[in-house]
Amino acid sequence: MISVVVLIVLLPFAAAVAGLLGSRWPRGGSRTKENDRAAARRAAWFAIAPITAALLLTLWLASWSARALPRGSASYPGAEFWAGLLPGSTEGTLTMVETGSVPISFTLRADGLSILIGVLVVVVALAVQVYSVGYMRDDPRHPSYSAFISLFTSAMLLVVYAGDLIVLYAGWEIMGLCSYLLIGHWWEDRANSRAAVKAFLVTRLGDVGFLFGIFTLGFAAGSFRIDDVLSADIPRGTLITATMLLLAGVAGKSAQVPLQTWLPDAMAGPTPISALIHAATMVAAGIFIVARLYPAFLGAQPTLDVLAVVAAIGMLGAALAALAQDDLKRVLAYSTISQLAYMAAGLAAGSDKAAIFHLLTHGAFKALLFLGAGAVIHHVGSNLMTHMGGLRTSVPITFAAMTVGFAALMGLPPASGFFSKDAVIAAIEHSHSPAQPFLYGAALLTVGVTGAYAMRAWLRTFFGPARVEALPEPPPGTAHVFDGREAPRSMLWPIGVLAVPALLLGFAGVTEVDWGSALVSLIVALLGAGVVYAFWRGAPHQDPARMLGPFRTACERAFYVDEAYRAVFARPVLRLARGVVRTDGQVVDGAVRGAGRLTMSLSGFVRLAQKGNAQLYVTGLLAGLLLITVAAVVLG
Amino acid sequence: MSWLLLALLAVPLAGAASLTAPTFRERAVSLYGIAVSAATFVLAVVVAAVFDYGDAGRMQLQTDWSWIPGLDLRFHLGVDGISLPLVVLTALLSLLCFVHLAGHPPGGGRLRALVFTLLVLEVGMIGTFLALDLLLFFVFFEVVLIPMYFVIAIWGGRDRRAAAVKFILYTLLGSAVLLLGLLVIWTQTGTLDMVELTARHGAGIARSVQIVAFLAVGIGLAVKTPMWPLHTWLPDAHTEAPTVGSVLLAGVLLKMGSYGFARIAIPILPEGAAALAPWLGALAVVGIIYGSLACLAQRDLKRMIAYSSVGHMGFVLLGFATLTPVGMNAALFGNIAHGLITGLLFFVAGGIKERYGTADMVRLGGGMLRRLPYIGSLLTFACVASLGLPGLAGFWGEMLALLGAFRPAAGLSRPLFLVFMAVGGIGTVLTAAYFLVMLSRVTHGRARETVPVGPALASSEEVRVVLGPGEPVEPDATGTAVADVEDSGPAPSGARPPRAGRLADVTAGELAAWVPLVALTILFGVWPKALLALTGPAVQAIFGLGGGAG
Repeated sequence: MISVVVLIVLLPFAAAVAGLLGSRWPRGGSRTKENDRAAARRAAWFAIAPITAALLLTLWLASWSARALPRGSASYPGAEFWAGLLPGSTEGTLTMVETGSVPISFTLRADGLSILIGVLVVVVALAVQVYSVGYMRDDPRHPSYSAFISLFTSAMLLVVYAGDLIVLYAGWEIMGLCSYLLIGHWWEDRANSRAAVKAFLVTRLGDVGFLFGIFTLGFAAGSFRIDDVLSADIPRGTLITATMLLLAGVAGKSAQVPLQTWLPDAMAGPTPISALIHAATMVAAGIFIVARLYPAFLGAQPTLDVLAVVAAIGMLGAALAALAQDDLKRVLAYSTISQLAYMAAGLAAGSDKAAIFHLLTHGAFKALLFLGAGAVIHHVGSNLMTHMGGLRTSVPITFAAMTVGFAALMGLPPASGFFSKDAVIAAIEHSHSPAQPFLYGAALLTVGVTGAYAMRAWLRTFFGPARVEALPEPPPGTAHVFDGREAPRSMLWPIGVLAVPALLLGFAGVTEVDWGSALVSLIVALLGAGVVYAFWRGAPHQDPARMLGPFRTACERAFYVDEAYRAVFARPVLRLARGVVRTDGQVVDGAVRGAGRLTMSLSGFVRLAQKGNAQLYVTGLLAGLLLITVAAVVLG
Repeated sequence: MSWLLLALLAVPLAGAASLTAPTFRERAVSLYGIAVSAATFVLAVVVAAVFDYGDAGRMQLQTDWSWIPGLDLRFHLGVDGISLPLVVLTALLSLLCFVHLAGHPPGGGRLRALVFTLLVLEVGMIGTFLALDLLLFFVFFEVVLIPMYFVIAIWGGRDRRAAAVKFILYTLLGSAVLLLGLLVIWTQTGTLDMVELTARHGAGIARSVQIVAFLAVGIGLAVKTPMWPLHTWLPDAHTEAPTVGSVLLAGVLLKMGSYGFARIAIPILPEGAAALAPWLGALAVVGIIYGSLACLAQRDLKRMIAYSSVGHMGFVLLGFATLTPVGMNAALFGNIAHGLITGLLFFVAGGIKERYGTADMVRLGGGMLRRLPYIGSLLTFACVASLGLPGLAGFWGEMLALLGAFRPAAGLSRPLFLVFMAVGGIGTVLTAAYFLVMLSRVTHGRARETVPVGPALASSEEVRVVLGPGEPVEPDATGTAVADVEDSGPAPSGARPPRAGRLADVTAGELAAWVPLVALTILFGVWPKALLALTGPAVQAIFGLGGGAG
């Protein structure tokens, strides 16, 4: 059975290799229009066929796992839930790598948790690949674009199915690289390039801590295998250190405070990338890893308390920032940070089940929202909501799908978000963490703000007076064409398909709804939405964000965190770098050159002894004789 | 089979000697160079094939002749798991350099002299890794310097003379100290045989003497590695050397220093190593941070890659400083990975310099991915590999070095090494930062942003502003940097890049020299066991753990 898992991981990887090397072969050199188009067509096949196969294999794996008998016992405490859902699990080790210290095992494993996330990843990846065929039409770099998506999918699947922490880390970092390459896809624009670099560096900063956390766990357990780590008896202090370090990586990848700043900028990439990486999968990796190592986190309550505080700050701050953005994609980006903070809060409250449930529904509805936003942007030719409005008649299918998405985001029944958000909030309500009151208050407030910003985006995009006008097509973005029609079918199909789970996935948790807390949060959400509606109703052509008053600019700039980081970290490092170059030239190398000069002058002095001047020689001889005589008298 | 190692030295030496024959045809020289180095590479592969991998910790294929009995100098050669990868790497990089040379005759002419010099260089480099006698090691170590001096001084860039003189004086000074250290070992133990000395694990040398000897040997090797603050010869030498010189400098010569640590300093002087390891580690992490910061503010592409070597070799030295098997493995892995990746980086940077006429990032401008998509992609690949992405070779050396520092050898201060580990971790972020910033400047953006140089604009103040005062405009840069961008389709492969107008993308000859490095970088990245299984047992033997069986 493990060979199926290997295939699932390797198929997208093979797709990436084939797409990169094979798309233009053998006419790679000539970049004519026809060649570009042929290459894009071939690249699309290279991308879509393997991921479809991987999807079928994943579904088969899931059905096998659901039918399998539970193995003797869950491999670690806390795994019962996943074992109950999808009892079958499998694991295989390709080889052990002796390092001279703790060995690394090239191990893959599939169990309930990883299969669930694996399904999410391949479904969203397939939707995005199909969608990109239409969205990136006429982009000469479609081959590399789709190949990088395939590579990214493969890396994410490696994270999901990894049975060893170092293997997991490898996938984790490769995702960071793919994110860099894809955010910077339209690299002609310097801003995109900067956003790509920022995303890579900020996440890498977190990853350093993550790697050290892995070291700590690995040394304590004597193995990097996840099963060994979870079943090892690790002292509490070590667990706290390790999980705190891991949290740095989680904050980086899942864009949590204080490493959240890269995600809004990452919207510089093509919209499908935002759907795939920055909504549904990569940012989910951070939440996934906490759930994967949940027993370790449960043994380190201080870490969970820190996570709770981080989540509380992140969810409310990001939601407020989302309320003031004019760029539709940035609204969704800040909403992603906020929703990920919900999942983190669920984890901090002690319910990995609720967190993963929300991760799955969020993956579906946020991918839907981004793909819908891409269709809108494709249609309008601008990211800004100021340029949108009244679109419900011209793009009816997108409108319907995005309405489902926004409903799920706000947590309105019967959309999936209602159930999963309720599960998280119920978990927070019943938590015994010392941060519980704070967290619960922040969560409820955020529900209200979420209702408000979702309502605002929905109204500003689809209602009110139409402001659409054809813009001149700006290179390099190829998606900016106004043609007054719905998006092509290759874009609408993925949107339509994703709308189904966004609407219905929640019913998987219908039996466990805590109706009391659900009612409270529903009322709060409607309250938030209602306030925005009232403001909008008063003046439909004005931005309801004006209700924030003097607070608006601060929200729009995300509370100046970016500016602060630039002043505190980026500029001093660059100053330091220039200082080092100066020092290297003047001090370190200066010492060398000085030594050289010193030698030269010394040799000049020595040369005096060889000038052939007899007088000098005799003087020297006499002086030496005198010295020796004095020395003999004094010492003798 | 012991003739194999002798042949490994004899083939390039005989090849160089026969080049002096006056009847030699000048035109066939580059093909001749490829043939000789290919024969050497085949021999190296044969050595790797007959090598007994089950016993990688033992010296194999030994040759042991008395050479100068009065000095007790023996001609003792052999390979084990530590030296075998380096020997194969040296033979490979030499071959690739000759392949590169076939497509790119040196700017200074005198092709025959260059081929001769490079073949002598190859003898010295391979000999250093094979020698098992301290003085023999030193002889080969020195043999390398002379040809490299000429490579820089004759075929180098504008400031080649000064760079070459600095290189030779600096490294000779280091060698003198190294020789002193080796002689101290000899006077204390009465033998120069490395195998025997390693087996003794420092027995017979007093602790204080070990410290002095380690200091001397260490300084000598640290100049070559290079370790901060003894690195300043390196940026000049790398920047001025021709492409083949840079590749061999970074790919092989630096490894001779770190190889010395693994072969001589640490196994023979274990107590000295234990006493000085904290200092070594501290200088190593300072080098990591310092090198990365220096890279961040560089403007010259080749100079930046040179400084990146300081950072990467810092990780290698940190691995040694931990005095653990995993740290040694890390250092040896990092050695090979750095040789492959930095070799590739210098090849690509050389290709860029040749096309644009400059390696200055400001003058290169942006948009390389548009003008030269393949070269831009290869540069991106090499940088990503160099910043230590998992799945590529650079990752394992860095990761294992940090892992070693997490728990250093008994007797070393653990908190201190934890600090080193944390600083090294920050170094990896800075490493990523300078590579990505460079990629962003050079490969991204629009090609039109190129700062124009040449007659059309040399008169304007703009160039002065950009270049800063006092920096003359290179005459050979004129006219090439402003290219017709929108229509720049790649020229037929194999064509020489024209002086103006279109820039030709990667040629078949360049691909032949570069692709092997790409392939090996990926291979060792996804299958680190290929190297670790070799070095592991040898490292265990050094520390006296489990002998050669591993």
